[in-house]
Amino acid sequence: MTERTETDSSLSASEAFVPAVRAGIWSVVGRELWKAPFSAKFGLLVVVAYVVVAVFAPVLAPFGESEIVGSEYEPWSEDFLLGTDNLGRDMLTRLIYGARNTIGIAFVTTCLAFLIGGFGGILAAILGGWTDQLLSRLVDVLMAIPQLIFALLLLTIVGTSVPALVGIIAVLDSTRVYRLARAVSMNVVVMDFVEASRLRGEGIVWIATREVLPNILPPLAAEFGLRFCFVFLLISALSFLGLGIQPPTADWGSMVRDNATLITYSDITPLLPAAAIALLTVGVNFVVDWFLHKSSGLRDDH
Amino acid sequence: MYKIVKMVAQRLALGLVTLFVVSLIIFLGVELLPGDLAQEILGRSATEETVAAFRRDLGLDLPPHTRYIEWLAGIVQGDFGRSLASQREISELIGVRLQNTLFLAALAAIISVPLALFLGVMAALYRNSVYDRAVNVVSLSAVSFPEFFIAYILILYLAVKFPWFPSLANVDPTTPLMERAYRSFLPALTLTLVVVAQMMRMTRAAIINLLASPYIEMANLKGLSRSRVILYHALPNAWAPIINVIVLSLAYLIVGVVVVEVVFIYPGLGQLIVDSVRTRDIPVVQACSLIFAATYILLNLTADVLTILTNPRLLHPK
Repeated sequence: MTERTETDSSLSASEAFVPAVRAGIWSVVGRELWKAPFSAKFGLLVVVAYVVVAVFAPVLAPFGESEIVGSEYEPWSEDFLLGTDNLGRDMLTRLIYGARNTIGIAFVTTCLAFLIGGFGGILAAILGGWTDQLLSRLVDVLMAIPQLIFALLLLTIVGTSVPALVGIIAVLDSTRVYRLARAVSMNVVVMDFVEASRLRGEGIVWIATREVLPNILPPLAAEFGLRFCFVFLLISALSFLGLGIQPPTADWGSMVRDNATLITYSDITPLLPAAAIALLTVGVNFVVDWFLHKSSGLRDDH
Repeated sequence: MYKIVKMVAQRLALGLVTLFVVSLIIFLGVELLPGDLAQEILGRSATEETVAAFRRDLGLDLPPHTRYIEWLAGIVQGDFGRSLASQREISELIGVRLQNTLFLAALAAIISVPLALFLGVMAALYRNSVYDRAVNVVSLSAVSFPEFFIAYILILYLAVKFPWFPSLANVDPTTPLMERAYRSFLPALTLTLVVVAQMMRMTRAAIINLLASPYIEMANLKGLSRSRVILYHALPNAWAPIINVIVLSLAYLIVGVVVVEVVFIYPGLGQLIVDSVRTRDIPVVQACSLIFAATYILLNLTADVLTILTNPRLLHPK
C-alpha cells in the first residue's frame, strides 16, 4: 500500500517541477533546498563549512602548518585550544590545514578517477565491440583484487608519495566509475538523437561530451559524492597506516596515528581528526541520499 | 538441473581464470618498476657487483616467465619464498598469522550476520516508522565512519574509561579459545559495526523490493498479518540477495581486517602486510596480496554460486 502512495507523491512532485524550471533555476534550487529533509540540510551545511575551512585555512589557523609552538602533548589551554601533538605542534592548526590537504587530495583523486572512468565508460558505450570488451575485461580483473590490498601492493612497488597515491587510487577507483558510466551511457547511445548526430558525421568526442554526457550527469553526480567518500576514507586509512600522505604535511589520518597514545590516558584529542573525517563523509552521504531520492528511484539500490 | 550444473561450472572456471590473472598481475606489477627491484632496494649508492650478486640471489637474472612459473609452482606447494627484510621463510611468517586473521573474521561474522539479518527484517517490518528512520540514519553514519574512528571510540569507552576488555589484542597459538575470543572482542566488535550497517540496509532493501510484488499484495489482501507476510512469503524469495550481501560483507571483512589489526596490534596478516609495505619487502607483500585476493575471489565466487543455486527462477526454468 505504502508503495503506491509514494509513487503518487513522486509523480506530483515531478509535475510541480516542470513549471518551476521556467521560473529560473535558482528559485527551483532554493525551493528544493527549503523542502529538503533535515538530514540533507545538515549535510549541505557540513560540506559548505568544510570547504570554507579548507579554502581559508591560512587565515583561520592560529599558527603555521608545521610550526613547533610548545612542548609535546600539551593539554587544552587558552594558547592551544586543542592542545599540542606529539611534536609540540598546535592541534587546532593541524586540524584546519588537514582539511585543506586531506580533502584537497581526495577531491583531486576523485576528479581524476571520474575523468578516466567516465570517459572510458562513455567511450565503451559509444564504440562497443572490441573496445568495450577490452576495457570491460580489464576493469573486471582490476576489480577482482580488493582495493586496499591492491593499493598497498602498488604503493610498495612505486614507493609512498602524494602523486603516486593520487595516481594509484584514481586508477583503481575509476573502475567503479567506468562500470556506472558505461551502464547509464548504454541507455543513451541507442536513442535517436545520438543516431542523428552520428549520421551528421560528428566525432566521438562531440558525441561523448555533447550528446551522452549531459544525459548521464545526474547519476554521475550522485556517484561522485559516494566515490569521494570512498576515496576520502581510503586515503585516510592509508595515511593512518603511515602509507598515505607523508609528514610534515598535516593530514587527519596520520594525526590520529601520531597521537593515538593519548587515548590510553582517556584524552579524546586524537579522536578529533577521525571525527572530522567521519562528519564530512556523513554529511556528503546525507546529501547524496537526498539527491538520489529526488532524482530517481535508486534510493535503496546501493 | 543440467543447466544449473553448467552455469555453476562456468562460474567456477571463470573464477579459476580470474585467480590466475590476478596472480599474474601481482607478479608482473613488480616488473613495472622503472629500473629494477635490486637497484630499487639497494639504493643508488650500491656498486655494480652488489646489485649483480643480489639479482642472482633473488633469481632476477632469469627471464620473467621462468620466474613466474617457479613462483607459482612454489606457492601451490606452500613455498612463498623468503622475506627480504628478515630472510625468513614467508610461509613461516604467514602460517600462524593467517589463522589469527581468519579467527578474527569468523568471530566478527558470527556476531554480525544474525544481528544484521534481525535488524534488517525489523526495519522492513516497521517500514517508515521512527525505528526504521533511526536505523537508516545510524547505519548511513556507520558506513561513513573510518574503521579506526570506531576502533578508538571502543577503546576509549570499553578499555580505558571502563576497563572491561583489553585494548591490545595480543594472542598467540597457546591462548585457549575463550581467552582468545575475549582478547579479540574489541577488534571483532569494530569489524561488526563496520559491516552490520551495509548488510542490514541490503537486507531491508531486498525485502522491501519484494513487498511491491503482486503475490505479496495478494497475501496482504487475504488479511494475513504483516509479520507472517514478511517471514513466510517475502523472506524465502529474498534469500538469494541476502546470501549475496552476507558473503560480500564477509569479503569486506577480510579487507577491513587490515586497519583494525593495526589499531589493536593484533598479530594477523593485515599487520604483516602493512609492516612489509613500510619496509618495501616485496615478496611478503606479494604473498599477502595473493592470499587476500584469493580469499576475496573465492568469497565472491561463493556468492555467485549460491545466488544461482537459490534462485527459484533458475531452479524451475520454463
